[in-house]
Amino acid sequence: MTFSPELEARFTKLLASYPPGRTRSAVVPMLLYAQDEVGAVTQEVVEEVARRCSVTPLQVDEVIGYYSMLHRKPLGKYHVQVCTNIACQALGGEQLFEHACRALRLGNKEVSSDGLISLEEVECIGACSWAPAIQINYDFHHFVTPERFDQLISALRDGSYGRKAS
Amino acid sequence: MRYNDPSPLEVRVISQRFDLPDPASIDTYLANEGYVAIRKVLGMTPEAIIEELKTSSLRGRGGAGFPTGMKWSFVPRNTGKPTYIICNSDESEPGTCKDRLLMENDPHQLIEGMLIAGWTIKSNKGYIFIRGEYRYLIDIVDRAIAEAYERGYLGKNILGSGWDFDVYTHTGAGAYECGEESALLESLEGKRGVPRLKPPFPAVVGAFQSPTILNNCETFSSVPVIFRNGGAWYAELGTPKNGGTRLVCVSGHVNKPGVYELPMGFPIMRIIHEVCGGMRNGKKLKAVIPGGSSSPVLRADECDIPYDFDSLAKAKTMAGSGGIVVLDEDTDIVAVALRTMKFYAHESCGWCIPCREGTTWLKKILTRFHEGGGLPSDIDLIGELAGNMLGRTFCALGDAAAMPTGGFITKFRGEFEEYLNRQSAPEPAAPELVSIA
Repeated sequence: MTFSPELEARFTKLLASYPPGRTRSAVVPMLLYAQDEVGAVTQEVVEEVARRCSVTPLQVDEVIGYYSMLHRKPLGKYHVQVCTNIACQALGGEQLFEHACRALRLGNKEVSSDGLISLEEVECIGACSWAPAIQINYDFHHFVTPERFDQLISALRDGSYGRKAS
Repeated sequence: MRYNDPSPLEVRVISQRFDLPDPASIDTYLANEGYVAIRKVLGMTPEAIIEELKTSSLRGRGGAGFPTGMKWSFVPRNTGKPTYIICNSDESEPGTCKDRLLMENDPHQLIEGMLIAGWTIKSNKGYIFIRGEYRYLIDIVDRAIAEAYERGYLGKNILGSGWDFDVYTHTGAGAYECGEESALLESLEGKRGVPRLKPPFPAVVGAFQSPTILNNCETFSSVPVIFRNGGAWYAELGTPKNGGTRLVCVSGHVNKPGVYELPMGFPIMRIIHEVCGGMRNGKKLKAVIPGGSSSPVLRADECDIPYDFDSLAKAKTMAGSGGIVVLDEDTDIVAVALRTMKFYAHESCGWCIPCREGTTWLKKILTRFHEGGGLPSDIDLIGELAGNMLGRTFCALGDAAAMPTGGFITKFRGEFEEYLNRQSAPEPAAPELVSIA
């Protein structure tokens, strides 16, 4: 299995960054970076990561269920993550998540039928002082009202969504 | 960039470069006293460095508030094993969003702090463990590391000292538990992030089974200024045994929530009313969660205290990670207690039973309570369950779940009793659906 030249370069650097004989350390980062490119942690990815890190596929398998960002099935092209933890909750994060469910016609951890958008209620994402906050893939959006949410979703749908965090 | 306006009451020591143009670049850092401290430190003995840190009374900014100088002094020297410097940037305590700003706006300050730690124990390798959700920060920090190599602040023979030091970033992939130091080390080794039995502590057996200095991102970021201006100068900024400044992350029902750098011991009520512009919509203060979601809640009448580790410990709570959640009179404390427990139940690694079962049962009972089906005996049951978790778990996550729950029950018992008297149940929450993990 081969990845893009950028990712291959990243993996080469990654494997060299740990002490000798400690390539197992690269398993979690490699899984996450590979997932970002492939779309999911497929069986092929598991076996490839195991081979590159010189561990058994079982040693790769056992970490996948532990880390909440690793997924065996593809997420939407845009993964919309709404924080409802206490700081966001205080400023309407739970209502925002309910609004998101209705607006997207999706439940928690569901993917739209066209594969464009998936929705997840997430734990604290580190934007507490600028709540309510969401992440779309890795982009942060702060002070998100239901109206702002709808604008962001329209931008995802019509392709005008920029990669600029706000 | 910063996401909120600064306050004139701030004392900008570790956030002094945040508002400069291109704050993360090495040129900005070098033009503003950057890498001055490491030049000084390279002429100092480990004993002198640790003494200076002790004088500064810097305490760990990750949550426990352990004296940093003492932590560094525990690392055994001359064991023949390699040693490591690990930065915990797995910021995930609900209410906390400061390490994000430190890495975004001043990554070189963090690198310099790690360099000083590295020189102290003659380590040759450091890792910055960054939570997976902070991907953009990995890019920023990687760029800063590359710049530091180009200018000779990392790599071989640093500044002609004959000493080599490398720094790498390492991403997490979504697990609060990995903020616990021994679980972080497991994760760094490519395993599930379950905690290790302590002792031995990471200072003796840490990363890759070797002696390790492991500190929070803000702790390392506070180190360079201590060596530029002196430990005594730094200590003077705060209160006795609580040296310096810290980034407090204020969230919730205030007019100007934000991350502000304040001297240790700054009064909580002044944070709310002067730094953050008072309560939103003129509402009354009900409660403050003072140090991230694992710290027991303070009632409004208990908040007239200074914000430092010892004052909050005296009030039977903790300054923790610096996340202050301000709650107004309209806040439903039962809903907050439930949301807190949902979090800990989700994040419990499942390794030890009191935490795994305790958080799950507390979540179930609190859910029943919140949905209107609570029993009068549930209030004591919640308190008892939480009490039975305290001190009986492998790591602090069990305590982190139990402590705030006990706090909510004792301080706001009336609100729980009120729930029992309600006739109609509140609307059920958004549907729980299948997992695609």
